[in-house]
Parts: sequence; structure tokens; C-alpha cells
Amino acid sequence: MLAYLPVLLFVLVGLGFGAVTIGLSTIIVPRRENAVKNSAYECGVEPVGNARGRFSVKFYLVAVLFILFDIEAVFLYPWAVSFHQLGLYGLIEMVLFILILLAGYFYLLKKRALEWE
Amino acid sequence: MSIVPQPTFLALDWWALGPVLALTAGTILLLLLEFLPQRANGNRGGIVSLLTFLASGYAVWRVAGEKRELFGGMFVHDPMTVFFTLLFCAVGVLATLMSWDYLKRTKINQAEYYALLLSSVLGMVVMAASNDLVTVFLGLELMSLALYVMVGFRRSQLESNEASLKYFLLGAFASGFLLYGIALLYGATGSSNLAMIGAFLADTPLATNPMLLMGSLLVFVGFAFKVAAAPFHMWTPDVYEGAPTSVTGFMSAGAKAAGFAALLRVALRALGPVMVDWTQLLAVIAFLTMTVGNVTALLQGNLKRMLAYSSIAHAGYILVAVAAGGPEGASAAVFYLATYSFMNIGAFAVLTMLGKGREERVLMSDLAGLGFREPLLGLALTAFMLSLAGIPPMAGFMGKLYIFGEAVKHPQLLWVVVAGVLNSVVSVYYYLRVTVSLYMKEPEGEPVGISWGAPAVLAIVITLAATLWFGLQAQGLWIQAQNSVMGLL
Amino acid sequence: MVPYLFLGFAALLVATALMVILHRNPVTSALFLVLSFSSLAGIYLLLQAEFIGMVQIIVYAGASMVLFLFVIMYLNLQHDVEKGAQIALRRGIGWMVGALLLLFAGLLAKKGWVSGPVAALPPDTTGGNAAAIGRVLYSRFLFPFEITSILLLVAMVGAIVLAKGRPAPQGEAE
Repeated sequence: MLAYLPVLLFVLVGLGFGAVTIGLSTIIVPRRENAVKNSAYECGVEPVGNARGRFSVKFYLVAVLFILFDIEAVFLYPWAVSFHQLGLYGLIEMVLFILILLAGYFYLLKKRALEWE
Repeated sequence: MSIVPQPTFLALDWWALGPVLALTAGTILLLLLEFLPQRANGNRGGIVSLLTFLASGYAVWRVAGEKRELFGGMFVHDPMTVFFTLLFCAVGVLATLMSWDYLKRTKINQAEYYALLLSSVLGMVVMAASNDLVTVFLGLELMSLALYVMVGFRRSQLESNEASLKYFLLGAFASGFLLYGIALLYGATGSSNLAMIGAFLADTPLATNPMLLMGSLLVFVGFAFKVAAAPFHMWTPDVYEGAPTSVTGFMSAGAKAAGFAALLRVALRALGPVMVDWTQLLAVIAFLTMTVGNVTALLQGNLKRMLAYSSIAHAGYILVAVAAGGPEGASAAVFYLATYSFMNIGAFAVLTMLGKGREERVLMSDLAGLGFREPLLGLALTAFMLSLAGIPPMAGFMGKLYIFGEAVKHPQLLWVVVAGVLNSVVSVYYYLRVTVSLYMKEPEGEPVGISWGAPAVLAIVITLAATLWFGLQAQGLWIQAQNSVMGLL
Repeated sequence: MVPYLFLGFAALLVATALMVILHRNPVTSALFLVLSFSSLAGIYLLLQAEFIGMVQIIVYAGASMVLFLFVIMYLNLQHDVEKGAQIALRRGIGWMVGALLLLFAGLLAKKGWVSGPVAALPPDTTGGNAAAIGRVLYSRFLFPFEITSILLLVAMVGAIVLAKGRPAPQGEAE
């Protein structure tokens, strides 16, 4: 349990930093309000209206592909740290795993799934 | 630093793993072939998948008499694996043949279709060959995931999209049940290996342990979803109707057989010692499934929907065999699955030929007068319907004979056998309605155009021959079915 | 210390999970799901399954939730649109199944757990949690691991077919 003390400290410091900066700025900030300043700030997007605009399905495709390769990376991690005990056999099975997914990657390239257009 | 033990493979193991390797390679090959230009009228997807299925079938047939346990029981090669792998390869070949021209006329992208077909057969093989709950689940997911997409292949059709979404949501739900059940079984017995679960349950009286009860119940629920047993059959008609006809034919045979193969393995190997407690519940589910399927099928005007309800009813008959339990009941179920696969795919192969271009003419009224305009097609469809209805000398009759013959040996199952026979009588009505339409109705409006294609005709000829052969010479298949269950590893 | 932490995480998990299904705004539901995944990760950490805990955060709370949110945004769900007797019935069934599961949990707590023989596998944790997983995953679970890669491949193909497909052929009414 003691090993988690730094993690706990880190979380506390992180929360504290956020709280302090927001809190402090609301206290010491000079207030000179006008209409433009009070409007929501949005970079390059119409600031007024429903924030839940309809997303393109392209985002979904990217997110799905991201998850799939994310999972591949997750499998790599335990393999890498136990590699010395797994030996050549471990290398072969991981190469097989990656080759199968590599075929999928080439297929994606061919289908232009990774291009935004 | 301990070195992890590494398995060694005999030559035999490579043959036993042949279907897995071939199906994987075929899937990848099809995806990579996309880089090469395709001839306008070519069908390399179909050719690659035919060759892959034949290679898989050959590999497993070569070492058919052997028994091996690979990867510590994750994958077993025993007579049951051989039987079901050969069945799935046959189903795959037939699905490829009936898709051949259907895909062209409905403009479905072929490379992905066949790649998904191969991987879903791979999932079925893994399900039938796994002696471990982990691989059962993975095989099921692989099969289902490919099927979810295949169901939605007619992307421009709203029903196809709806079917895909419905199948996916309910299938994911069912997978959740199954996974939770697996987790509970693992918790109750300490192993995910079917044989070890079985050994543990044989030694330790756990029958009333709530975790075990709940675990087995959830596993049954998960499988019930997949094989379309009541009350978890709701998705079936919509999915069967919305999917491309060739996919409906493939999944009605393959997915059902794979679901039952895994269920039988779990029931016989892992839960064998406690299966007695489940007999009555299974019998009730079987009764519900048969009745709901048959009674609702009476009202259908769409052939795909009618066959969907009929497939629910057939799941009910097979569940009677599962309820009868033991190797005898299981071999009746295995026999029934094999014959059902052929006759059902045959019926769907006929349906894929109805209609020109992208249209789909699968209403009962579309068949009117077809029997005289296309005598051979009408005759084939009639034969499949008679077989599905269980009328001798068709294979369907022998299947029902074996199932009810085994079940009637158990006095407590007598009521469900009587109900099953009555159900069969009811089912004759709607199967014969097809024949009546074929021969005794006057066509209204524009007659249905037939898209002839040699591969689909070949599929019909093969299934027709199998339906007749297994009806007249059932003994050979029956012995194989018995072997497959007796030699369970 | 650990039992209290467990109770805390478990309470948070149940509360946020309930909020997921009870909240009327789907986006808020999804964000509550992030919180419930995180509490689950906390429970994994308490069980000394550090690797699984981190994966839970990276894959589920991170990647999966991004996908959830994209889908919600794509479907453009404003609020609960479901109404009517059928929905009420379906909800009722849902609550009943939930109550049944709760009853089952109570039964379990009363009867106690039974563990089989394999649970006593010696935890060989040299080199840490991830290495221990690696040693099992890449030897005993080699076959499922390779099947997983095909599963991922199929998911890729499926995503492309359904989300991208090919452009509708010209001259045909879609």
C-alpha cells in the first residue's frame, strides 16, 4: 500500500493545483464586464448554439481503428517485460500476432480509411 | 528467472490445426488481394474461399482418426472436432456457391464478404474444437462479429441495417450473459477448462451452490440467444429477413450448428455431473421454442421470415435431444444439426435465385405458379420443404426419428416428445403452403424472374443429394454422429 | 485500510453505474461511465492487478469512452427520446432482472464462495504484474491470444465495411 503514497500525493497535488488556480483567479481577477467578454469563447466555431452538433461518421471510424491498435499495443506491453523468459518462441508468436494485424493495416491503407479527405 | 515451458508440435498437430491456419491465411489473402486489380467479371474471392474450405476439410480429414489436445486443452482434435469442422467446411462451400451470383447481382463487395465468411467459419471451428471456456467465448465472438457485419452487407437497404444493429445489440447482450456465466463457473470451480470443471464437479457436490447454478444458467442463456431458442429468439425473424439471403442461409445452418456444438461440449464435458438437474428446464425451453416457432411460422407471408420461425422450431427439436442428455441424446442432436444444415441451406439457395438484379422476391405469393414455369426449381424447393417438415424418406424425418426415439427413453420427457410430434404435424401445414403456392396458385402481377447461375444450381444439387441420401441411408451419418460424441476428448 | 478503500471504490462504482442508466442525458451518462471505469480500476489496484487496472483506464476509460462519445454525438441524441407503454414494460423487466441478480448476490454472500483446485496457483510475481501476465498469456493462453488478433482484424474489416463501404454505384437510386 505504501507504494501508492507517491500516486496519492500526485493526485492530491494535481487536484490542488487545479483548485488553487481556478479559485485564486476568481478571487483576485479585476472584473470589467462587457457583452463580448461574457460571450463563450470558442476557437473558430460559432460560439452560440447547441454544443452537441452532429459529428461525422468519420470520427467514429478513426475512434474504432484507434481502439483496435490500442489493444494491440496493450498486448505488446506484458510481452515486452516477459520477453527474456519467453525466448524465441515468444518472438515468433508476437510476430505472428503483429503480421495478422499488419495485414489489416495494409487493408486499411488500401481502403483509404486513414485519410481524412 | 524461470523460463516458460514451450509446447512442441507433432506433424499430426499441424494437420489438426490445418483448418485454423488455412482459414486465417485465406482471410488475410483475400484482404491483401485487394491491392491487385480485379477483372470485371472475375470472382477470385469465391475461388479463394472454396479452395480454403477444401484445404481445411482435407487437413482435418487426413488426421480424422487421431486424438490430440493442443495448447493445454485450449484446442482439442477429437472426432467431434472432425465432424463439426467437416460440417462447417461443407456449409462454407455451399454458402460460397450460393453467394457466387447472388453477390454479383445485389452488388455486394465481394472481398470483404468472403473474408468475413472465412473468419466466421474459423470462429465456428474454434467453438466446436475448444475444450476451454475462454476459447469457446473467443470463437463465438469471432463468428458473431463477422456475422453482424455480413447481416448488414446490403447497406443501401434499411432493413439490412436494422437487422445488423438488432443482431449486434442483442448478440452483444447475449455475449455479456455468457461471459458473466463463464466468470461465475470459473469462480465456482476454479478452472475454465471443461474437463477440469467436469472432474471437479464429479468429486465435489456443488449442485446447490448458487454461484454454480447462476453460472450454468447464464451460460445456457448465452447459448440460447445464439441458437435462437425461446424466449431469446426475438431477434431471429428480423435479422433473417433483413440479411442478404445467402447470409441468412449461412447463419441459419452454421451459427446454429456451432452454438449447439459448443453447448453440447459444455453440457457433456463440464456440466455432465449436474446436467440431470437441468433436464426439466431444458425440456420446458425446448417445448416453448418449438411451439412459438411453429405457431408463429403459420402466419408468415415472407419466406425468409417463415424459415426464421422454422429455424426457431428446429432449435426446439434439437433442445429436446439436449434435454435427453448423455451421449445418446447428443448424437441425435449432432445428426439433426448435420441434416438440418443441408436442407436449410438448400432452401435458401433456391431463394437466392428468385428475383433479378437487386430485387428480392421472397414472398409466398411470389412463388405462385413457379412450380410449372420452373419445374426443377419447384421440385427442389418442395423436397427441402418436405424434409424440413420431417416427411419420409427425407433426411429431416430421420433426424426427428432419432431425436424423439432417444428422448422417449426418458419417461419424464414423454410429454415434450408428444408435444414435439404434435408440433411437427403443425409445421407440415406451413411447409406445404409453399408447395401449394408453387403448384396450385395462379400468379398475380409480374412473375418472378429467376437468376440462374451454375454455382447456385450446384449448391442445390449437393444439398438435395445430401437430403435424400441421409434420409435413405441414414445409418452411415448416424454412426459418424455417435462416434463424434463417444470419442469426446 | 484496504477493506475501507474497497468499500469506497465499490460504493463509487455502484453509484456511478446507477447514474449511467438513470441520467437522462446520454453524454452525462457516458461521463459517469468514465468515473465507474475508474473506480473499477481502483478495485483492480487493490487486488494488486496493477496492469489490468492501468489497461482498464487506458483502454476502457480512455479509448472506449471516446468511441462512446463519438457515437452519441453521431446519433445526435438530445435527451431520452423513449416513451410509451412498451418502453415502460421493458424498463420494468430490466428492473426485475436487476432485482433477481441482487437477490443472487445476497444468496452468494450468505452461502459463501467455493473455489476449485486451480485457484491455488502459486502467484509467481517476479518482475511485476505485467511480466506475470505475460508469462501466462504467451504460454498457456497462446491460442486465444492469436485468435484475438484475428478478432481484431475482423473488427477492422467490419468497421470499414459498415462505416465506409464503397460509394453508391452511379445511376442507381439508393
